[in-house]
Amino acid sequence: MRLRELAHARSGDKGDVSNISVIAYDTAGYERVRAVLTPERVKRHLGGIVRGEVRRYELPGLLALNFVLNGALGGGVTRSLALDAHGKCLSGLLLELDLTPEEPSR
Amino acid sequence: MVRIGAGAGFAGDRIEPAVELVREGRLDYLVFECLAERTIALAQRTRLGDPSAGYDPLLEARMRAVLPLCVEKNVRVISNMGAANPAAAARRIAELADEMGLSGLKVAAVVGDDVLDVMAGSSRPLLEIGGDVASLGDALISANAYLGCEAIVEALAHGAQVIVTGRVADPSLFLAPLVHEFGWSLDDWERLGRGTVVGHLLECAGQVTGGYFADPDVKMVPDLARLGFPLAEVVADGSAVITKVEGSGGRVDVATCTEQLLYELHDPARYLTPDVTADFSTVAFEKVGPDRVAVRGGGGGPRPAQLKVSLGRKEGFIGEGAISYAGSSAVARGRLALDIVAERFRLIGLSPLETRFELIGVDAVAPEHLASAFAPMEVRARVVARTLTREEAERVGREVEALYTNGPAGGGGATRLVTPVVGVVSTLIERDLVRPAVIYEATQ
Repeated sequence: MRLRELAHARSGDKGDVSNISVIAYDTAGYERVRAVLTPERVKRHLGGIVRGEVRRYELPGLLALNFVLNGALGGGVTRSLALDAHGKCLSGLLLELDLTPEEPSR
Repeated sequence: MVRIGAGAGFAGDRIEPAVELVREGRLDYLVFECLAERTIALAQRTRLGDPSAGYDPLLEARMRAVLPLCVEKNVRVISNMGAANPAAAARRIAELADEMGLSGLKVAAVVGDDVLDVMAGSSRPLLEIGGDVASLGDALISANAYLGCEAIVEALAHGAQVIVTGRVADPSLFLAPLVHEFGWSLDDWERLGRGTVVGHLLECAGQVTGGYFADPDVKMVPDLARLGFPLAEVVADGSAVITKVEGSGGRVDVATCTEQLLYELHDPARYLTPDVTADFSTVAFEKVGPDRVAVRGGGGGPRPAQLKVSLGRKEGFIGEGAISYAGSSAVARGRLALDIVAERFRLIGLSPLETRFELIGVDAVAPEHLASAFAPMEVRARVVARTLTREEAERVGREVEALYTNGPAGGGGATRLVTPVVGVVSTLIERDLVRPAVIYEATQ
């Protein structure tokens, strides 16, 4: 199951930091997403895009998680060479994340 | 109750929705947020060349569209379209008002955000990249402190009907009329926090009414070509209803409001503005009617001791070129094109500060492990580099364009572009070194 079946998302930018909110459609979805979608999982999914730390904030009242991605915008919107300098497309990419639990690492 | 509308969410935003809001929204205030981080640095350069310039290029068009109606309906206008030159913007608005026969209009400019004099040679640390402000040397071209709502409140108290500012924190543009109308104290952190929530929800205009939201079959938004911009009905405790003009396009519901509340947010419990450390973590939404959402909760704590300063600095140039390939071997030919350009850079001795070689449609936006799953029927090879000189930047696009006759089969639609880079970094400044002031212009 992909994240987009349980949640919607929006990305925003500030300097070289992107944030992606992930908002579940219902309570069960929120619990499932909260259990699986760790900051590490988000960082791995986005591959080389995020160079710094990923932090997660929980907003249970809004059924939402807010991910703050440091070093995700090519040094900042105004100097980035990226086609999508604002990282607006990152929400769409994150929603493709496969929620199947991963094999425990050996 | 105070009714505040958002007339623009960025410099290039549509103009008609603001007119619709004034005509049908029964507004008390209309706020245009048009000033991005970099815009003010670019505007500063424009002003250096022409002392009467440096304000938003769409100022006239927006004012011509809404001013007569705003005067007729007694709607006060607040905007950061003053950019690098709020005083000139206010003069221009007063002239326009005269031209349009709007007599007795009081226009105010909020100045004092420009702190370049204080910053030149300063040992204040740069927050993002280390080092100090002095290390930027001649590359430093602008320094603007983020002002809060105070000077706008002062201008409102003095009866200004149109207020233009330079760098003011976006939510503060909306908080100012609430402080003015409800007489909130500037250390009533809870109410200032709630007002900041309302401002944050409104500041990107259409992004709370269904813009930046639609995803066909999953999240449908009706009539985006006629997207209605938001208005908030705010009461004295700082709670509000977010809605839009009846019959306009878009949608306002808990989902659109939640996405916008979290937009450009880091720690939800600590959203820093010059006015307050706002707490968004306790905000609750409830749908209370068609396209009507009640906003409750939210709060805040003491404002930050220092103000943030946005510094613009010259950082060389970006040169870019792109060319398209189509067919089932499009990816292979696109990759070959990129390899050729990389080799050309070596042969001609071009060594940019930073480069990207990518295929639009494959890996320009998506990470590689997601991109490899499909073979598109067309791709666009893109080469982009940051260089010290304009000449080097020109070379980047020319090498891509040369693929027409020197590259893989069937390369078409080459484009090239050079842009000067104005990077933005920030530092902090003590409040007592920043002195906001208000200048008034009156029409006849």
